[in-house]
Amino acid sequence: MEDILLTDWSRAQFALTALYHWLFVPLTLGLSFIVAIMETIYVKTGNKVWKEITKFWMTLFAINFAIGLATGIIMEFEFGTNWSNYSWIVGDIFGAPLAIEGLMAFFMESTFFAVMFFGWEKVSKKMHLLSTWLVAIGSNLSALWILVANGWMQHPIGMEFNPDTARFEMANFFDVLFNPNAYSKFLHTVGSGYVMGSLFVVGISAWFLLKNRDVVKAKKSMVVGATFGLITSIFLIFTGDEAAHQVALTQPTKLAAMEGLYNGHDRAGIIAIGQLNHNKEIGDDQEEFFWSIEIPRALSLLGFHDMNAYVPGINQLVYGDMDHHNIEPAQSKMDKGKVAIAALTAYKKAKKEGDTAAAEQALVDFRAHEKYFGYGYLKDPKDIIPPVALTFYSFHIMVGLGTWFLALFFFIIYFSMVGKLDNQKMLLRAALWSIPLGYIAGEMGWIVAEVGRQPWAIFEMLPVGMATSQVSTTAVQTTFWLFAIVFTGLLIAEIRIMTTQIKNGMEEH
Amino acid sequence: MFETLSLLTLQQYWWFLVALLGALFVFLMFVQGGQTLLNTLAKTEKEKDVIIASLGRKWELGFTSLVMFGGALFAAFPLLYAVSFGGAYYVWMAILFCFIIQAVSYEYRKKPNNFFGQKNYERFLYINGSVGIILIGIALATFYTGGSFIKNDMNLSAWTNHTYGLEAVLNPFNVAFGLTIFFLARAQASMYFINNINEPIIVQRAREQLKMDAILFVGFFLMFAGMLLLMSGVAYSEKSFDVVNYKFLHNLFETPVILVSLLTGVLLVLYAFYITLFKASKKGIWFSGVGTVMTVVSLLSLLGYNQTAIYPSLSDIASSLTIENSSGSHYTLTAMSYVSLMVPFILGYIYLVWKSMDKEKITSEEVESDHHHY
Repeated sequence: MEDILLTDWSRAQFALTALYHWLFVPLTLGLSFIVAIMETIYVKTGNKVWKEITKFWMTLFAINFAIGLATGIIMEFEFGTNWSNYSWIVGDIFGAPLAIEGLMAFFMESTFFAVMFFGWEKVSKKMHLLSTWLVAIGSNLSALWILVANGWMQHPIGMEFNPDTARFEMANFFDVLFNPNAYSKFLHTVGSGYVMGSLFVVGISAWFLLKNRDVVKAKKSMVVGATFGLITSIFLIFTGDEAAHQVALTQPTKLAAMEGLYNGHDRAGIIAIGQLNHNKEIGDDQEEFFWSIEIPRALSLLGFHDMNAYVPGINQLVYGDMDHHNIEPAQSKMDKGKVAIAALTAYKKAKKEGDTAAAEQALVDFRAHEKYFGYGYLKDPKDIIPPVALTFYSFHIMVGLGTWFLALFFFIIYFSMVGKLDNQKMLLRAALWSIPLGYIAGEMGWIVAEVGRQPWAIFEMLPVGMATSQVSTTAVQTTFWLFAIVFTGLLIAEIRIMTTQIKNGMEEH
Repeated sequence: MFETLSLLTLQQYWWFLVALLGALFVFLMFVQGGQTLLNTLAKTEKEKDVIIASLGRKWELGFTSLVMFGGALFAAFPLLYAVSFGGAYYVWMAILFCFIIQAVSYEYRKKPNNFFGQKNYERFLYINGSVGIILIGIALATFYTGGSFIKNDMNLSAWTNHTYGLEAVLNPFNVAFGLTIFFLARAQASMYFINNINEPIIVQRAREQLKMDAILFVGFFLMFAGMLLLMSGVAYSEKSFDVVNYKFLHNLFETPVILVSLLTGVLLVLYAFYITLFKASKKGIWFSGVGTVMTVVSLLSLLGYNQTAIYPSLSDIASSLTIENSSGSHYTLTAMSYVSLMVPFILGYIYLVWKSMDKEKITSEEVESDHHHY
């Protein structure tokens, strides 16, 4: 049975480790390509300045990459240590992308990483450049496979439930691989990594310009970073739109939480900015916001590509609206889910006793209610709604910051082109201070995706409470604090090393 | 191609692949072994840098092999993955912490303002190479000795004691296996340094060190192998699980391929020691590498084939896991089998890259002139 304390600590540990890991991954994704572009310019032009620029950013890349690996190894194994029920119930589908990630991406990264850093004098220029690109491609391939797995958690398709093994089994690999939710997530996520990499390069280059050090190299770096950033910021808008569209189609509870939408309606608007009414409860008559600025019809348009589309709200999703929009109440789904669980239990019992007729009947009952199986484990219809405030504010902070980054890259390119970047002290300071904002935006994006998925481990199939390992809460608390201490220590080390390397300048030391 | 294979054949194929990945990981543990020899083989800072540079170009492959081993286990045998990791919680977590601290230590060790200080990063490497490796040996050995778990009709598992794997460190067989791979890793590290480093004083010390580690390895290996062949195992049939005396000895003689492979593997490792110690050869690591892979694949084959439980339950024998009741579905194993066709290609590019990077042996001059040396 579900142990709420254990579930919450398991959840907290996974969130802690994932949030730490996600501090380092976006920079790896973006900076790897930026470094590859810089080295390509060096190989094309033969200009030694570009080689020094490449090596400087490569050093920072390595510092970040190392802690990314350190925080990443735990992610794969935590599915076993803390989510062992999950590992069995969906491992037949979820395990495959993780294994392919290791085979296709990790070996490529780790093999060519050695050439990238130690092969300058050992392999030809072109082989070295190829290795740098392969590290970048490997990093991004890794993101592809993990997001195929994550996309499946958000929108599970291509599988069927096997009552004999009591688990979901893969029925179509290509459905899992080409899950539209996975692709929109992958493109949006790597896009955010590219923007993070660009912010990092632009911000640190701005620091050099403000200090009037390594000016030529900083300006060259800034042009590459800002151009890459501008292009990928535009890319991020389109992929974000598609990701939100997929959420609208497949995860209505997440969409409602992202927008703080309690009462659904046609021609729904997007809240550009607003303050949620924290006293508001599901089903009451209070206002949703203390104040807000809304863009009319934008949610219908962006969510469903139709300005007049109906967008369901939290109240409709919890209490249903069969008459107007054919939305089934959560309680009804929970009742059917309980029937499915009872039928599965009866099926297993009949099989054990060799009662074929009873087994067949139980199986028919189970198949009739199978779709609601996961709902049977929920206790309250309101449980289907993720934490609204956390999801809403995370989403809006992410979008707001993304808009700012686009403007930042635009102005930097503009002033670079007119040759007046050196005079723009405010802009350079803003670029520097945008580095932490990039990290905040990335973490907010993770919260929207994963907190917005709650209470499900696998959306509408498996609640988080059923997915945990049956270890003691004390064991998980112990490792939670150990992770908190170790990762914080490593983060402090990383920041100190990184800032020292930056202060040492772009010359080779 | 794979679609036509029976589920059992696919399960056997995937057990072989898991065993191969595990074996490659054990071979690559020479990196960890080398980390424990840092202060033994290096007496000056320069020598230390050479050793770290030599290991630093390989450590990620071992790290990746561990991740890959876990990933393959998850994909192919999800119930084994779920029961072992979710049950022997403390042991696996301790192992993971040992690898977390390894991942930053090479890069951060000599960087200015690195917070923990160079000495502590070297201690992290030592902990990874000693505690990490011994615990991995202990965790893998529990696949032979079993765990205190039960599983219900829905195949959901729970541990029946509150030590969550810590009890495994008190089992002499598990400890013997942990120490076996620990000393193997150290012995292989010495042979690797002899092959990879062009600094006579380090090579000479490595050769001296090899004597001690080879003897200890052989001693613990004999202890472990003797216990393995004399211990009972769990056999299964369609109807039941039964404890069978000398199960692994039976498996060895009933599957001559494994017997030949095991003996060949062991002989290759011993031959590697011989040519390194008595013929001053630098090629020991290659013979030892092939021998290690053959030996570990054979040992894991003894566990996975011939109707043997791959993870016996000490709490309820009927809950024991086998390659048949813990695997992925026919469809998933088939899809994954196609993916596995990439393995030779991956091994091929790793070999080529390794060859091009190692064509000139590492010297202190090279390390000093390298802008990005560890």
